[in-house]
Amino acid sequence: MADVSFGYDRRRPVLRGIDMTIPRGKVVAIMGGSGCGKTTILRLIGGQLRQQSGKVVVDGQAVKELTREELYALRRRIGMLFQFGALFTDMTVFENVAFPMREHTELDEPLIRDLVLMKLHAVGLRGAAQLRPSELSGGMARRVALARAIALDPMLVLYDEPFAGLDPISLGVVGQLIRQLNDALGITSVVVTHDVYESLKMVDYLYFVSDGRIIWHGTPEDVRHTTDPFVRQFVDGQPDGPVPFHYPARSYEEQLRAV
Amino acid sequence: MNKATMDLWVGIFVTIGLGAIVFLALKVGNLMSLETKPSYRLEANFDNIGGLKLRAPVKAAGVIVGRVEGVRLDPKTYEAVVAVRIDNGYQFSKDTIASILTSGLLGEVYIGLEAGGDPAMLADGQRIAKTQSAVVIEKLISQFLFDKASSGAPAK
Amino acid sequence: MPSNSIARGVRRVGNGTIRAISRAGFAARFFLAVLYHSPAAFHRLQLTAREIYFAGVLSLVVIMVSGLFVGMVLGLQGYDALNKYGAGDSLGIFVGLSLVRELGPVVAGLLFASRAGSAVTAEIGLMKTTEQLSAMEMMAVDPLARIVAPRFWGGVIAMPLLAALFSVMGVFGAYLVGVRLIGVDNGTFWGNMQAGIEFWPDVTNGIIKSVVFGVAVSLIAVFEGYDANPTAEGVSAATTRTVVGGSLAILALDFVLTVFMFRGLGTV
Repeated sequence: MADVSFGYDRRRPVLRGIDMTIPRGKVVAIMGGSGCGKTTILRLIGGQLRQQSGKVVVDGQAVKELTREELYALRRRIGMLFQFGALFTDMTVFENVAFPMREHTELDEPLIRDLVLMKLHAVGLRGAAQLRPSELSGGMARRVALARAIALDPMLVLYDEPFAGLDPISLGVVGQLIRQLNDALGITSVVVTHDVYESLKMVDYLYFVSDGRIIWHGTPEDVRHTTDPFVRQFVDGQPDGPVPFHYPARSYEEQLRAV
Repeated sequence: MNKATMDLWVGIFVTIGLGAIVFLALKVGNLMSLETKPSYRLEANFDNIGGLKLRAPVKAAGVIVGRVEGVRLDPKTYEAVVAVRIDNGYQFSKDTIASILTSGLLGEVYIGLEAGGDPAMLADGQRIAKTQSAVVIEKLISQFLFDKASSGAPAK
Repeated sequence: MPSNSIARGVRRVGNGTIRAISRAGFAARFFLAVLYHSPAAFHRLQLTAREIYFAGVLSLVVIMVSGLFVGMVLGLQGYDALNKYGAGDSLGIFVGLSLVRELGPVVAGLLFASRAGSAVTAEIGLMKTTEQLSAMEMMAVDPLARIVAPRFWGGVIAMPLLAALFSVMGVFGAYLVGVRLIGVDNGTFWGNMQAGIEFWPDVTNGIIKSVVFGVAVSLIAVFEGYDANPTAEGVSAATTRTVVGGSLAILALDFVLTVFMFRGLGTV
């Protein structure tokens, strides 16, 4: 249910002229090198940042113009998975997932308990309910955070680098979960990542961002066949191409000569 | 550390903390004495109050019966007018003498009351007629020297 | 060249001042925001109670042991000095006044800033670094209400209680040294103390001071944590600022409050 279109965004020129539309019910990936502004896009959607120009519209509402209460009401319908999970370290897994329910609903404890177990079951961690975040592996923590993100059955889920630092098995698990949950719950997913392989397996559409602009966008099929040099460098993992290998510096000869 | 234990400790902490405050108030300070008892007011004039301060004690036979409430200068007679607050439990006769005394050599200055034989008692707002001002050391010394000088040669 | 470095120096001072002022402004707005969200902290009493535990109960040992030692030293030194003027009997009132008016609130405050203040700053700073605060925001829960306000009020409530306990332990320590060790008369010790210390202004002003210190230290602690740079160095720098800033604030406020409160004493 996310219909987002940006105009020209200039927040310390991180993003420039971003135009993006994310259709309901689809999984969309935003890819790019590190530090190119992908996470900024997520924060603009969630209203944590305000763009300088242009519009961010979620489910028909312009995010920038919402009052605090309206923004909070909107956020209750959005789930977000942070890089590395961002679980509350002073609570157990169970309490982490129960947190949004306890804060925003009036449900009584037995019902919450059932819901929490259900969400944990969906990510395969029902047995870990009493563990603390410090006792979890990276992949498990990520999955718990995912369970927490879908705790209130949101309409939109934002994923910030869900694949970062995971082992191959966990990668596969998380990728599958994103796709399955998206289809099973009828939600829309926006995945910010630079993991090409996993994304191509499960997304419906991709946007490539570099240096604050959208370089390219298309379906996974398009990605395989495109000749766009940036996409090719990214997808094939070439060290040098449109994204240069060498950080801008004086000529090598010059620097060696100047003692 | 579960909730119940934590709550218990917090309860203990708050209790002993408040207890400490109460202890300080009662044992260390002197909250209970005189603050809440009903009292009445008397006045007394002095030529010199010396080091008498506000809230200085008023004692009779060494027992604290009240506090100094106010001090001002009478603009006509140039006497010090001291207002004291006395506990209702203590009545003083009309011919009571109020003196300004010092407890010990370096001690605090207070007002001492010596009751007389008059059967009529002082009531709220009345004035203690007989007073004795504070002994000012400088005057004492100059008095002593003056006496010495005037008695002069005939050694005694 | 010299004028260049002067210009640079001036610019740095200017920038620094501007940054300091804008930070102060931010801190003021932050304070108001915390107050605004405070009712939430009391609706969920459990949250605040938890913070009172972490700020107060866990400081008990430090505070009480320190109080005991300070009191004992006061007893020793105080007796030594007073005895020279034959005023050894005044030990009780000397110790009592020192503790209740000054040492109780100030020393307990300094200890509190170091122990509880730095812990709160580190905790909030770490939550910021691991994006827990962001996560909470995105879940439409205001971290100011849920995390910051309870910790602020936990500190404000704990401080006066700790200061009182410090003073009590101090008096007890002085009693041990004075009456038991040195041989000051028990009755004189307590009697003079009671005669010389008034609930108002002495004890109440001590309480007021400790409340003010509690507000100052707690505010600095939560602010530095919330404003910390979300890196390891950032959190470390923030905790240092809490301890240093909190301690200086206590000493400065102590001076100001003492001037106002005890200005009238000693005169009619």
